[in-house]
Amino acid sequence: MNDEPIIDDVIEDEPPPPPPAPPSRIAYRHRLPTRLWHWVNALTVFVMLMSGLMIFNAHPHLYWGKFGANFDHSWLSFRGRPIPGWATIPSTYNLAAARRWHLAFAWLLSLSLIIFLVTSLFNRHAQRDLAPTRDEVRPSHVWHDIQEHARLSFPTGDAALRYNILQKLSYVSVIFVLLPLMVLTGLTMSPAMDAAWPWLLDLFGGRQSARSIHFICAALLLGFIVVHLTMVALAGPINEIGSMITGRFRVPPDKSQP
Amino acid sequence: MDRRRFIATGASGLLLGGCDRLNNSPGFRGLLRSAEKLTMASQRLISPREALAREFAPSDRSPIFRSNGTRMPGTPEYAQHAAEQFVNWRLVVDGLVARPLSIPLQTLRTLPHRTQITRHDCVEGWSAIGKWHGVQLWRLLQHAALSSRANYIVFHCADRFGDKPYYESIDLVDAFHPQTLIAWGLNDHLLPIPNGAPLRLRVERQLGYKHAKYIERIEAVDSLAAIQGGKGGYWEDNVDYEWYAGI
Repeated sequence: MNDEPIIDDVIEDEPPPPPPAPPSRIAYRHRLPTRLWHWVNALTVFVMLMSGLMIFNAHPHLYWGKFGANFDHSWLSFRGRPIPGWATIPSTYNLAAARRWHLAFAWLLSLSLIIFLVTSLFNRHAQRDLAPTRDEVRPSHVWHDIQEHARLSFPTGDAALRYNILQKLSYVSVIFVLLPLMVLTGLTMSPAMDAAWPWLLDLFGGRQSARSIHFICAALLLGFIVVHLTMVALAGPINEIGSMITGRFRVPPDKSQP
Repeated sequence: MDRRRFIATGASGLLLGGCDRLNNSPGFRGLLRSAEKLTMASQRLISPREALAREFAPSDRSPIFRSNGTRMPGTPEYAQHAAEQFVNWRLVVDGLVARPLSIPLQTLRTLPHRTQITRHDCVEGWSAIGKWHGVQLWRLLQHAALSSRANYIVFHCADRFGDKPYYESIDLVDAFHPQTLIAWGLNDHLLPIPNGAPLRLRVERQLGYKHAKYIERIEAVDSLAAIQGGKGGYWEDNVDYEWYAGI
């Protein structure tokens, strides 16, 4: 009988059985200091933006330089009270209450930022996870990452456990540039701080310039929040938010493996 | 669409309702208010007692110095003084002093004075730079022999908001600061009425509402509790502005 070789051939040609679905892997992605600061800061920034917008309602005009009032040239100006109640704390016009909220939460914002910065430098979170590498800042790499984001194609496998270059650049800008600028320009608006630390006035080119920079940085922070929340929603909100609460992240199976 | 809008409105309503409820809770307001003491203690800690507010060049001045609050005190007494060019205005210094004073305005203007070009910062956010001429408050307090029991200096003003007189108060750190003036001039002229004629306070390390205008009487006290609403100033009593307005 010449059946046997044929059967052998058939057996050899049969495709291998499909591999079992890759086990979904849970990895520890965010350490406690990062998670704590994230939520304290999220709450604080929310209160600061909304109480700040109420304070802006009191004089919705921005100037450059050392002085600026109604008769002077403003670069941004609104009539009446431009910010609607749903975006302010409190929701009806009250400068005194908004200042109480803003100047109390400013302490929370500054102290938690300082503690987070010091912790992140000591536990090397900043150097290891946030600092872009030489390879990552190559224009071709950045461009590739922009294209991947535009296709809504997010990193998988081990790459999902690291920040990509666009994340790194935006987090570094917020943590090391925008938030410190918010605090310093806020302090420059304080007449007592200007007497104690006159260099603040020189750094920002006067109190009204500092007030303008304060507002611009707030707008940039708001832009970051919108993009950040959009990315969380697109990347899988349950997994992303869960990992920022528990630290544990369900790693998406690596698409580059067969 | 309608449902989405309903959910969005509901969510923001919950958040805002929560913030407004917190804002109306006396306990939470007390917590927020404690930040004022923390801010004052911290700013005092890092500031030398006599740290000066920045003084500017004549060319840095605002072309028009904005006025705010009362622009014309409405009382018949004030109208009479204004009509007389304030020749009968007197400044009383009393309270916890060994030698109470009643200084005619004309005499006050002949006392040694200080000139400073400084920035006026309103709590609303705007700033104006002007040149002030006035007597340093410490000189008046020294002349009146301030008691060691005094903790605060209260400024009683001629203007009224509704039926309430405007007043303000500062502590002795600011009262004895070299830039704290009882000012009688602005930009090389006598004070205009909208800016507080004939006398106003300059307390350069604090916000505009502390700079009492139309001052008739300076009173030294050990506590603010017995004066008007007890919180040390018109705005402090009536809308909960901070008594310490260094920020």
